[in-house]
Amino acid sequence: MAKFRKDSSKELPPVSTASLPDIVFMLLFFFMVSTSIKEVELKVAIKAPMATEIKKLEKKSLVSNIYVGEPKKQFLKNMGTEPRIQLNDQFAEVADIGSYIEEERSKISEVERPFMTISLKVDENTKMGIVTDIKQQLRRVSALKLNYSTRKKDK
Amino acid sequence: MAKKTPEIPSASMADIAFMLLIFFLVTTTMDTDSGITRMLPPPVPPDQKNNDDIKIKERNVFVVLINRNDQLLVEGQQMQINELKAKAKEFIENPVDDINLPEKDAQDIPLLGTVMVSKQVISLQNDRGTSYGMYIQAQNELAAAYNELRDEFSLRKFGRKFDDLDEEKQGAVKDLYPQRISEAEPKNYGGGK
Repeated sequence: MAKFRKDSSKELPPVSTASLPDIVFMLLFFFMVSTSIKEVELKVAIKAPMATEIKKLEKKSLVSNIYVGEPKKQFLKNMGTEPRIQLNDQFAEVADIGSYIEEERSKISEVERPFMTISLKVDENTKMGIVTDIKQQLRRVSALKLNYSTRKKDK
Repeated sequence: MAKKTPEIPSASMADIAFMLLIFFLVTTTMDTDSGITRMLPPPVPPDQKNNDDIKIKERNVFVVLINRNDQLLVEGQQMQINELKAKAKEFIENPVDDINLPEKDAQDIPLLGTVMVSKQVISLQNDRGTSYGMYIQAQNELAAAYNELRDEFSLRKFGRKFDDLDEEKQGAVKDLYPQRISEAEPKNYGGGK
């Protein structure tokens, strides 16, 4: 044993780099997992209400989003301060919802169409009037599965 | 011999890395969409004028009204949002067969046998001026009432919470406490926007 030790007597051994790949992979995985890609740029400010009895939305491909809230600052000049509806990337009116749903529905395979879910992302200070109008529109096009987007509140 | 610095063992590095990876995997909450799920009623056919003739006895309906100032009126009395759940639970369960609370009906439910199922319906009505936050809170409290009843029953009957039951048992408990939250056809009481 003494023989071996003599070889590396005075020099400081270099820090092993064998595990560097592991560390890099770890970081890679971490970022891959925690990053969620933003699909649309929000043009309305939304602070979702809190709730406790929430369920997770499972199949993302079956979910269509409707955003409702006050327009963000840079749009205030054109849009005013009344809560507005945003579909995909642009502002819309209540009457546009029907065609939007039809369009979204056509993207889903026929088998899965009954499971299509509409996620309503509405700011908590919005008045119910606009939400009621949206719901009536959704009923008209038979998009009945609805999810009110909320943040989790601990009991 | 005394001067010698031993090499840092790197064999366990990978283990440490994996440990960290797993730690982050477990603790990071991905930004998943979640919320309260509801089904809308199917559209009313245009030739149907009014289905008011379908009478539901008053004792079977739990009326929750929210006005434009976000105040609650539950079964004719004003109430705070945090009292709503207890009141709704009492209504759904009707533990002492109060004649003002919903009727019960004997039904055959698989796994449970013949049980008394209450004919309750919760009617939630809001004004156009009600804030969305308040509406969600009311929805949430009502859903919580159902969930708690289901949980309590599941614990009594199967010794587990509702979420931990298998699908068949969940179905049976759902049949016993069906979630019936009805929302009235929107009316505008001249409340403006």
